[in-house]
Amino acid sequence: MAAKSAIGIPLGSSGPHAVQPLPDKPRFGQPVSESDLAAWNIDIRAPDGLGLPAGRGSVAEGKRIYDQKCLACHGADAKGGSVYGTMVGGIGSFTTKARVVTPGSMYPYAPIFFDYIRRAMPMDKPQTLTANETYALSAYLLNLNGLVPADAVMDQNSLPKVQMPNRNGFVLDDRPDARAVRCMTNCK
Amino acid sequence: MAGGAVAAGGAASAAIAAPLAISPTATAMGRPIDASVYGLPSKYESHVARRRTDVFKNRQNWSDWSMTPLQHQPGIVTPNGLVFERHHAGTPDIDPKTHRLVIHGMVRQPLQFTMDDLMRYPSVSRFHFHECSGNGLTDWLKPASTTVQQTHGLLSGVLWTGVAASTLMEEAGIDSRGKWVLFEGADGSAHTRSVPIEKVLDDTLIVYAMNGEALRPENGYPVRVVIPGWEGNVSVKWLRRIKVADQPWHFRSETARYTDPMPEGKWRQFSMVMECKSVITSPSGGEQLKARGFHEVRGLAWSGAGKIRAVDVSFDGGRNWREAMLEEPVMDKCLTRFKIGWNWEGGPAVLMSRAVDSTGYVQPTVDDLRKTRAIVGFVQHHNAIQPWTINANGEVRNAIGQA
Repeated sequence: MAAKSAIGIPLGSSGPHAVQPLPDKPRFGQPVSESDLAAWNIDIRAPDGLGLPAGRGSVAEGKRIYDQKCLACHGADAKGGSVYGTMVGGIGSFTTKARVVTPGSMYPYAPIFFDYIRRAMPMDKPQTLTANETYALSAYLLNLNGLVPADAVMDQNSLPKVQMPNRNGFVLDDRPDARAVRCMTNCK
Repeated sequence: MAGGAVAAGGAASAAIAAPLAISPTATAMGRPIDASVYGLPSKYESHVARRRTDVFKNRQNWSDWSMTPLQHQPGIVTPNGLVFERHHAGTPDIDPKTHRLVIHGMVRQPLQFTMDDLMRYPSVSRFHFHECSGNGLTDWLKPASTTVQQTHGLLSGVLWTGVAASTLMEEAGIDSRGKWVLFEGADGSAHTRSVPIEKVLDDTLIVYAMNGEALRPENGYPVRVVIPGWEGNVSVKWLRRIKVADQPWHFRSETARYTDPMPEGKWRQFSMVMECKSVITSPSGGEQLKARGFHEVRGLAWSGAGKIRAVDVSFDGGRNWREAMLEEPVMDKCLTRFKIGWNWEGGPAVLMSRAVDSTGYVQPTVDDLRKTRAIVGFVQHHNAIQPWTINANGEVRNAIGQA
């Protein structure tokens, strides 16, 4: 329905999307190549690991790196430390009244370990770990959560194949889910 | 009358104790105008400040949050120094001269932009509310917070200025396979979210200014995303990268975090819209009514699904409701001010507000939400009705889950 003024003059379309019409679209972006921005192109598509780089790391290497770079905040064996809570356990807790959210219990896809550790950890020096170190830390945390054996090696092929227990734990947004009624008198 | 603890208000009766004297400020010169200065609030307003939560103690303050003092905010605009904060690795100080934004992935031509480039495009300014999905997470089933700053202060109202995201996306040329867009920050968390392209092309902004000045560092300087009506963290701050793809990425920030517990051990994912909500900001928790008689009950209402159509206020714990007055302007996905006159007779009362938005959605109670969700652990998307109790002394208390 077209909006009209009080005396019937059509007001036409208006609103938040109105952008001034221009004779020519301004184009100020500078062309850049994918190789120029490779250092920024760090995202991993979690379900299949698209974007995982070459490299590899073992559980044992991961423990060594963890003890140097992570333990101070996350504690020994990732059981919680001076700054953050546990990163192990919680698998099977979601159907109880006390859900324990850890990477092991919560991540639906194992490549999230690589993506998140590389972009954000260690908190005081993010985006400084090598691919090998990041694979090794992923392997170590997966092992502590009982999801890969002690001799596991993670790389761009093996990491996406790790089966995570919360793989099917998500449902898409189905709101609005409340059907409140606008009662005005004697409502309770 | 209960106890007579508070005086009757409004009666012009007894003579005042002393005649009004001439103030010292009227018999002296004030401060001169500085040659150049950024103005600050009165020294008598120093209690009006952002505060971290006093309920949930983080053991570090880099991945943390601070909250807007809504009890002290008139109108619908939050001053920039009071806009709430939520960071995942602290606030970076980014030099706009060296900062670059790139668009790449499933586009015809990857592009990079300087800040000067971005500011040359046709500009768009829009008022929107901004709310963290975690607003209210400490107060679901029983009161934990005292003030409305602590219960609802992960909420601010801002006039954002920037470029329509669609302007930049169309210049890069979106591949027909492109259905999802990654936004990534240049901060130490490189915070990242996947957003459906329909929303990006609809009303998403790439923003460089707020409330008439450059973005504040803690709110994304020099450039950020603003996704109107959606949970705050998708509006990535310190924006450095936009990537187009055919699927969502399922980052940690959209699986292990920013998902909502549901029955049978499930989690609701990509719950983006901040649903219709309201709260009474005056009187609110921690305050005390000083006099019986007239009070203007004031509050804020907002909806990520559209405009506010109506707000009802109850003074008896939700049995009876009266429609409040909405103050213009009433804008899309924006804080809306409501107010209603009330004569407090000195007895106990339970005040609550209930908003209705332009889709007809009625703000629910906690009990309404519990019918479909699991209220367990770190629960987000709390848009339930907030009750405040007032006792015979006029003391106002948080009564979530109690009334």
